[in-house]
Amino acid sequence: MLKTKAILFDATLCVGCGECYSACKHANHLPETNSDYLKDHLNANTFTVIEQYGDIYVRKLCMHCLDATCVSVCPVGAFEKTDLGPVIYDENKCLGCRYCMQACPHHVPRYEWSRVNPRVRKCIMCYERVKNGDQTACAEACLAEATIFGDRDDLIEIAKQRLAENPDNYYQHIYGLEEAGGSCVLILSPVPFDQLGYSTNLPKEPLPTYTSKALEKIPGIIVGGGAFLSAMYWLTKRKNQIAKEEKQLNSTKH
Amino acid sequence: MKIIIPKITFWRVVAVLIVVSGLYSTYLRFTGGLSASTNLSDEFPWGLWIGFDILVGVGLAAGGFSICAIVHIFNIEKYKPLARPAILTAFLGYLLVIFGLMYDLGKPYNIWHAIIYWNPRSVMFEVAWCVMLYTTVLFLEFIPVVLEKYKLHKILTIMKKVAIPIMIVGIILSTLHQSSLGSLFLIIPQKMSQIWYSPLLPLYFFISAVGAGLSMVIFEAFLSARAFNKGIEEDLLSNIGLFSVIVLMIGFIIKIIDLIISRNFYLLLKLNNNSLLYFLEVLIGILIPFGLLIQKRFREDRRWLYASSIMVISGFLLNRLNVSITSISPDVGVTYFPSVNEISVTLMLVVLGLWSFKMIAKYFPVFEEQIIKENFGTEIQEKTVTNRIT
Ligand code: SF4
Ligand code: SF4
Ligand code: SF4
Repeated sequence: MLKTKAILFDATLCVGCGECYSACKHANHLPETNSDYLKDHLNANTFTVIEQYGDIYVRKLCMHCLDATCVSVCPVGAFEKTDLGPVIYDENKCLGCRYCMQACPHHVPRYEWSRVNPRVRKCIMCYERVKNGDQTACAEACLAEATIFGDRDDLIEIAKQRLAENPDNYYQHIYGLEEAGGSCVLILSPVPFDQLGYSTNLPKEPLPTYTSKALEKIPGIIVGGGAFLSAMYWLTKRKNQIAKEEKQLNSTKH
Repeated sequence: MKIIIPKITFWRVVAVLIVVSGLYSTYLRFTGGLSASTNLSDEFPWGLWIGFDILVGVGLAAGGFSICAIVHIFNIEKYKPLARPAILTAFLGYLLVIFGLMYDLGKPYNIWHAIIYWNPRSVMFEVAWCVMLYTTVLFLEFIPVVLEKYKLHKILTIMKKVAIPIMIVGIILSTLHQSSLGSLFLIIPQKMSQIWYSPLLPLYFFISAVGAGLSMVIFEAFLSARAFNKGIEEDLLSNIGLFSVIVLMIGFIIKIIDLIISRNFYLLLKLNNNSLLYFLEVLIGILIPFGLLIQKRFREDRRWLYASSIMVISGFLLNRLNVSITSISPDVGVTYFPSVNEISVTLMLVVLGLWSFKMIAKYFPVFEEQIIKENFGTEIQEKTVTNRIT
C-alpha cells in the first residue's frame, strides 16, 4: 500500500526567510509577482505565500484535503486526489466554471482572469517529484525545518510529540488533522489559528458529504416521480373520460 | 418591392442600444478574457452571469414544466392555451442560459466535456446533464408547433404517441435540476450567511422556481397580448396567479419554520445589509403579491395581476442574487458589484429572449386558436374558446 504523503508546517520554527516561496516559484516555473515576498498573495503565479502576523510567520498553500472539495465539485473531474496525497489538476479537461474556487474551504484555487484560455492554478504538492520519491521543493528548501515532508501518519506523530513535549510553545491543535475531513498539509502554531488567517469555522466532516445527502435523493425522485406522474396521468385521464361519457349519455337521453 | 421600415419607438431604441453595448462587451470578453469584461476575482469567482443568467434564467423557465404538468399530466385541460407559450418561454430560456454560459465559462469551447468526462459526485455535473437533456425535451415539446405550421402531419402523429412519456421525463428532469441549482450552494456552509444557507436550499429553489415560473407565464401572456392584441384568457391567468402566490407562500412558511428551528431567526432581527435585502426579497416577491392576489378583486383586475407577476419575478431575481452574491462573505474587504459589461451582456440576453419570443409567436401557431383543437398529445373535441376576452 502506498502511504499518503504530507507536509508539516510548524509556525514556531519558521523564520520567514522566503526560501520555500522562491523554491516553489522555481520548481513550477512561475514568474516573479512581487518584489517583496512577504507582501505577495496567492495568485495564478504564486502557489505558496508567507504571511507575517507580528513576529509569527505562516505559510498558505493548498491543503491537499483528504476528501477534497475541489475534486468533488468539478463537473468534469479536472481535479484528482492521487493515492500519494497531492491533489492535481488537468487543464485540458477544465471548463472554467470556477465551482472549485467557489467551493474550496481554504480559498485556494486561483484563476488566470486575464487570459483568453484561462487555467485554474494552485499548488500540486510537486506531484512529479513526490511520485519519484523526492520531497516537495518547499520542504527541501527549508533550512529551519519549519516545513517538512513525509508520510502523513509519521508527521501526525511528530506533531503530537511536539505539542506534548513543549506545551507552552504551542496552541494545542493540529490544523488539518480534522478540518473539513482532514488534509495532507498539517500546521502547528503558537496561537489560535483564526489569528493567523486560517479558516476555523470548518466542520469536521468532509464538505462533499453535504452535497451527497442531496444527490442521494436523485434515484428516488426519478423512480417515485415517474411512477407518481404516470399514475396521475392515467387517473385524471380516466376521470375526464368518464365525465365525458356521462355527459354524452345524458345528452342522448334528453 | 416593398421595403418595410420599422417604426421607431422608445423601446426599440432602448433595445438597439442594449444590443450594441452587449456586442461591445462580447468583444471585450472574448478578446481580453474575464478580467477585461467582469469584476470577478479570485475571492468572488461567481457573479452576475451565474446569479442572473443561469440561476434566474433557469428558474423563470420553470413555468414550462409546471403548466405542462397541469395540462398534460393532471389533465386540467382548460389551461391548455397557456401550455405552448409556457413551453416556448422555457425553450428560449434554456437556449439563453446555454448562450450565457458561453460568456461565463472560462473555456466555453470545452463545454461538451461534460458529456465525456463524468463526475457523478458533482452537483454541477448533474445540472449540466439535466440542462442538456431538458433542452432536448423542450425542443421535442415545441417542435409540433413548427410541424403544424408546415403541415407535416406524419411526423406529428409519431410525436403525439411519445408526447406523454417525453413530458414525464421533462418534469422529472426539471424537478431535479431546479432543486440542484440550490444544492450547488450546499457545499459552502461556512461561506454563506445563515439567512440563506440551509440544508433545504434545494427545496426552496424548487418551490420558488415553480412559483415564479407561473408568474412568468402571466407576464409573457400580457406582453404578447400587448404585442399582438391577442385575447388573454383572463380567468385562467388569474387562477395561475393565485397558484403562483400560494406556492410561494408555502415556501415562505417552510423557510420561517426552518429559520426558527435552526436558531437563525435572530439574524432577521438585526438590521443590516443582509437582513434588509432579505426583507426586500420576501416583501416584493412573496408577501405583497400574496396579499394582493389572495383577494378576488385584485386577482381579477388585469393591471394588478400584471403588476403582481412583475413583483414576483423581481423578488425571485433578488432571491437568486442574494443567495449567489449577497450571502457570500469572502475574505475581509472584498466586495463584488457587476461591471458595466456584465450588466450589458445580461440585458442583451433579456432583449434577445423577448425579441425571439415575439418573433416566434408572430410566425408560428403559439397563441392561435386552432392549437386548442389540434394540440400536441391529446385532442379535445369541443372548442373551448369561450373564455377569450379581446
Ligand atoms: S485546499 Fe482547496 S484546492 Fe486544495 S485540496 Fe483542499 S479543496 Fe482542493
Ligand atoms: S473551473 Fe475547471 S477545475 Fe474548477 S470546477 Fe470548473 S471545470 Fe473543474
Ligand atoms: S523556507 Fe522554511 S523557514 Fe523559510 S519561510 Fe519557508 S517555511 Fe519558513
